[in-house]
Amino acid sequence: MTEVTQIRTAAETGLGDLFDRLKGGLPGDVAIREAALAGFRERGLPHRRVEEFKYFDLRALMREAAPPAERPNATEIAKAFNQAKAFASVPAYRLTFVNGHLAASLKEAESFPSGIEVVPFEQALGEGHPLLASLGRVEVAQGNPILELNTAFMNDGAVIRVAAGATPDQPIALRFVSAGETAFSTATRVLVVVEAGAKVTLIESHEGPDGLANQTNTAVEFVVGDGASVDHVRFNGEGADVLSLSTITATLGADVSFSTHNALIGSAAARHQVFLACKGENSTVRIDGISLLRGRQHADATLVVDHAVPHCTSRETFKTILDGETTGVFQGKIVVRPHAQKTDGGMKSDALLLSERASMNNKPELEIFADDVVCGHGATCGALDDELLFYLKSRGLPKAEAESLLLQAFVGPPIEAIEHEGVRDALVGRVEEWLAARR
Amino acid sequence: MLEINNLTVQIEDNRILNGLSLKVADGEVAAIMGPNGSGKSTLSYVIAGKEDYEVLDGEILLDGQNLLEMEADERAAAGVFLAFQYPLEIPGVGTMTFLKAALNAQRRARGEDELTTPDLIKRVNAAGETLEIKKDFLKRALNVGFSGGEKKRMEILQMALLEPKFCILDETDSGLDIDALRIVSEGVNTLRSKDRSFLVITHYQRLLNHIVPDTVHVMANGRIVKSGGKELALELEANGYADYRQEAA
Repeated sequence: MTEVTQIRTAAETGLGDLFDRLKGGLPGDVAIREAALAGFRERGLPHRRVEEFKYFDLRALMREAAPPAERPNATEIAKAFNQAKAFASVPAYRLTFVNGHLAASLKEAESFPSGIEVVPFEQALGEGHPLLASLGRVEVAQGNPILELNTAFMNDGAVIRVAAGATPDQPIALRFVSAGETAFSTATRVLVVVEAGAKVTLIESHEGPDGLANQTNTAVEFVVGDGASVDHVRFNGEGADVLSLSTITATLGADVSFSTHNALIGSAAARHQVFLACKGENSTVRIDGISLLRGRQHADATLVVDHAVPHCTSRETFKTILDGETTGVFQGKIVVRPHAQKTDGGMKSDALLLSERASMNNKPELEIFADDVVCGHGATCGALDDELLFYLKSRGLPKAEAESLLLQAFVGPPIEAIEHEGVRDALVGRVEEWLAARR
Repeated sequence: MLEINNLTVQIEDNRILNGLSLKVADGEVAAIMGPNGSGKSTLSYVIAGKEDYEVLDGEILLDGQNLLEMEADERAAAGVFLAFQYPLEIPGVGTMTFLKAALNAQRRARGEDELTTPDLIKRVNAAGETLEIKKDFLKRALNVGFSGGEKKRMEILQMALLEPKFCILDETDSGLDIDALRIVSEGVNTLRSKDRSFLVITHYQRLLNHIVPDTVHVMANGRIVKSGGKELALELEANGYADYRQEAA
């Protein structure tokens, strides 16, 4: 029999070497990291022949492994802070991460109200913080190569605990900004434990300059207690050359209301993954996203909702606008386990192609093992309606303005579903900027 | 004044307008009647600037400006307004947002100051009252969930706000009940003035009892085959289009 020698790409070799070099200095139990890297060691980066990565060939997209970001100095921090504009208008309890590192040694967290506890991730790993036991526990996320890479390399981030019954008066804002002259990689991990009955809005923004081919890998994991309510809104306004990998996981108790929204404008290539498990009855979930793509951007939205118990409702609404030579991907899967009767799931992905050279890949899946459920999915791809455009033009709107109005209307529903008015308005502003730049 | 000379138009090799000529003076209300398929709606779309049509010959002049050289939005800013036979629903676009965008786009194109929101609301409310449009309609997405009559009233509301020079009513009476027909006609009649002219396209004489025309033109096979006063409409109602179909053929 012939020996099969796997040929490693430069990025794959680089990542392996990097890990071997760094592992002695990374905080926490190295065995967890080794275990997470086992899949990568065996198979390398996922590529187009791996079903989940058919439309997001990470091996092709990541040519080389960028070195991990150094802890930024004061100048870089100051410069980076000025770039965090996305939710600047929203009063919030802020934590800022510069190049993936929690900045300003937690000074910001000192202003947090009682009921929100923040521990830097490095410290939590070092001291074996008890909440870390819930890290990486969502079954449908296990074995995911992007999350595993994050686990292998995670070095900074935060553990945030919202105490039972706490209802902070402002959102918690996680700002990720980048600065510097050379491309770097990050592996940031945030664990958010929202205890029973608490109600919190968490906003997350990712911004940086064009021209830096950073490779960012962030994972935010939610563990939500019974009766709690969480609204999460994420904005990807990364620089135009960034390879952005992000994962959200969520484990929900009973009677939970949970929503997560990803608004994407930035990055050269981005994969945003949501893995969510309903573990308690009567919870309501909303997973939404809008992607506004131009140039040669490539954006992938992947989600798996695991209905493990009866009587939960989930809704997924994704809207993608594709201009230029962009590629969009939506792959959503709703899993209904054998005993999860009365599950109500609905998933929809709509794409609007503004160019002949743009392409959209929709892949909705339902895996239903219970017999008394309501589940549906739908996907559309289309161009702007000429009749509507003529109607608007006949009223005096120039073509570009008419298009903007229709595009705004297209992405409207998932934005309007955001409960926090200031956050909603901020996103509307980002969309308007994108549209104005198009004209 | 609108002047159409020898307008010849086709769509996908189908000749629809065949050397049509027509003049509508300032302040004039001209009615166009004609059988199905005679090209009435095409005429209205070509004047308004829809792109699907190929103009082979002729010209359309509004106060001397050649409309055929302008985009639809430029024609609107120059004073052309088409009240659609089937107004479109635009989900997600609020009626007020739309009205403001349209009005200000035209004002910008004409080099005028944009209207503030309070000014706009005042104007919209005033126009809405004449047309008996409920205020909560203005809070909804444009035409979404409106009945046929409500959509037509919204068209006339837009006409009132945009203050065009030349208005085309494309079968505005279709789908209207008697009350809605009266309301819409009154809305149009209040807009009649010595500077504003109308082209009223209809199948039925009934509308012309409410909006009394100065001239009536019969269209068949893509051209005007007879013109006269308002009595011509009554004659058509009594005798039908049979004579003109033959004449044109």
